[in-house]
Amino acid sequence: MKLTLGPVLYNWEPSVWRDFYFRIADEAPVDVVCVGEVVCSKRLPFFQDLVPEVVERLAAAGKEVLLSSQALITLERERRQTASLAREADLLVEANDVTALAHLVGRPHAVGPYVNVYNESTLAWLARNGASRVCLPPELPASSIVALAKACSDVELEVWSFGRVPLAISARCYHARLHKLTKDNCQFVCGKDPDGLPTDTLDGQAFLSVNGVQTLSSTYANLIGSLPDLAAMGVAACRLSPQTCDMIAVASAFRGVANGMLDPAEGQHALDLICAEASFSNGFFSGTAGAHHKAAAAV
Amino acid sequence: MELICPAGTPSSLRTAVDAGADAVYCGFRNETNARNFPGLNFSPEELAEGVTYAHRRGAKVLVAINTFPRAGAIGLWHQAVDDAVKAGAAALILCDIGLMAYTAEHYPGTRLHVSVQAAAANVDAIRFYVERFNAKRVVLPRVLSVPEIAAITRGTACEVEVFVFGGLCAMAEGRCSLSSYATGLSPNMNGVCSPASHVAYEEQHGTITSRLGGFTINKFGSGEPAAYPTLCKGRFRTDLSTGYIFEDPVSLDAATLLPGLRDAGVTALKIEGRQRSRAYIENVVRSFREALSALDEGRPIPAGMLRPLSEGQSNTLGAYRKTWR
Repeated sequence: MKLTLGPVLYNWEPSVWRDFYFRIADEAPVDVVCVGEVVCSKRLPFFQDLVPEVVERLAAAGKEVLLSSQALITLERERRQTASLAREADLLVEANDVTALAHLVGRPHAVGPYVNVYNESTLAWLARNGASRVCLPPELPASSIVALAKACSDVELEVWSFGRVPLAISARCYHARLHKLTKDNCQFVCGKDPDGLPTDTLDGQAFLSVNGVQTLSSTYANLIGSLPDLAAMGVAACRLSPQTCDMIAVASAFRGVANGMLDPAEGQHALDLICAEASFSNGFFSGTAGAHHKAAAAV
Repeated sequence: MELICPAGTPSSLRTAVDAGADAVYCGFRNETNARNFPGLNFSPEELAEGVTYAHRRGAKVLVAINTFPRAGAIGLWHQAVDDAVKAGAAALILCDIGLMAYTAEHYPGTRLHVSVQAAAANVDAIRFYVERFNAKRVVLPRVLSVPEIAAITRGTACEVEVFVFGGLCAMAEGRCSLSSYATGLSPNMNGVCSPASHVAYEEQHGTITSRLGGFTINKFGSGEPAAYPTLCKGRFRTDLSTGYIFEDPVSLDAATLLPGLRDAGVTALKIEGRQRSRAYIENVVRSFREALSALDEGRPIPAGMLRPLSEGQSNTLGAYRKTWR
């Protein structure tokens, strides 16, 4: 089982962003690392200049590096950026929208979790047109993952396994809206919430997390208890999505369970300590409401 | 501009056609369409009858097969495509790449429209569907301003259809799992959003609480109408403020933008609401037919003509106005 570190979804300070990847390069037992701005094109200029040194450090550490494209592209500037990324990158590009796919078909590429791959027919089409790895939408239940893995053995399938679940993307920036600003003059207020802005129900129950134009779950997806099942299904990789908790420790726990050095309950216990403030969920995987969490044995 | 109107039932189809629809869109009575609600939609036989009715009056029928087929069960969606073509649909409205490939291969003569559920929001994404599957029309996601729509029509030969009235997703369509996070049922997989089967209302001390999948979506004081708990139109709490943080309970009314949309090169205007009553359909379709006639004849378009029909008593121009973002 490979481990993939997904792209940082939040607006982190550029130096924090760089140092995070440097530490991943040096210490994290992950095989693949995604780099790039998926959520909001306005953030990219802050860390764009740091991308080459981050990529170099990761590659030198033996990580396979993917460049992730933006998930929702409406502006002409974003369209040009995506075209240039897809056409000119030396590294494998992970398409997070059909916009990038338009440039990538016919060449080797990866497909990210924001492209709707729900069935074997779509997966086969993508594989025929150059997709070598596909991170499936987090909404997919285990029954679909099994069917996809059976149908298409020539694509490396990846499953969203750790971190808040991206649930929606909008043209509207909810961070700006909450700060009574417009998106065009947002003052980058999303940077105040490096793990997302907690959004609770009126009864005070933790529910969602706002990240600019993206809405994520309040819970962290956590499939560590299902790693043996995922491997048996033919899933090639687990995606760990960066949060501000110690991602080296998170990756080590997943690696331990994947290698059989830890049993799933020990892995779960490790995660309970690493991200003590987080609530976990695996409802999407078990085919119920995404927010639900069942202990591993019951999944 | 063509007027594309919703038909949740055979009688709504006839109503929409009689009220002046150029085309109606509908779906089959199962999870292959994004309005998979109890008591709605068509059997293959009803669809064929609807097509006959529409054709006699010079209208077309478009069939929405706009959910994402479930792995291991694609046959149901293939059957929907086969049945729609057989019934004489003028076009199929699709969002799934695999289903588009199936349709383009088996029915190359059938018009393929890119559903709003595909969220093709720019010319490169549209080009992908045109080049790969010979798509003839794209229904744009509700994330674009009118000038952006104009830029798209200039940049593609594909026909462009936009929503002008009805329910409004705050999120990019086809890319939202909020409903399944709370309930296990999603627009993409099950054709439902915030399904009634998971809704509960509770009254306590004069306050009505609406819940979806056990999560509180809103609370209403006495005298305040308790709106349906559509997740993205709920009230939530953050450290910054409490309220409608995603979208107010508004619905889209772009009637005043019709001249701008025409000048932007839009081919077709779509009205949302396959779940709506016949009376609603008749009113909305007739009003928009009149508005389009006024536009063609250079008369002013009556503002606010549809306000009494909107879901939360207030309307929005949504993303068509850039400051919405």
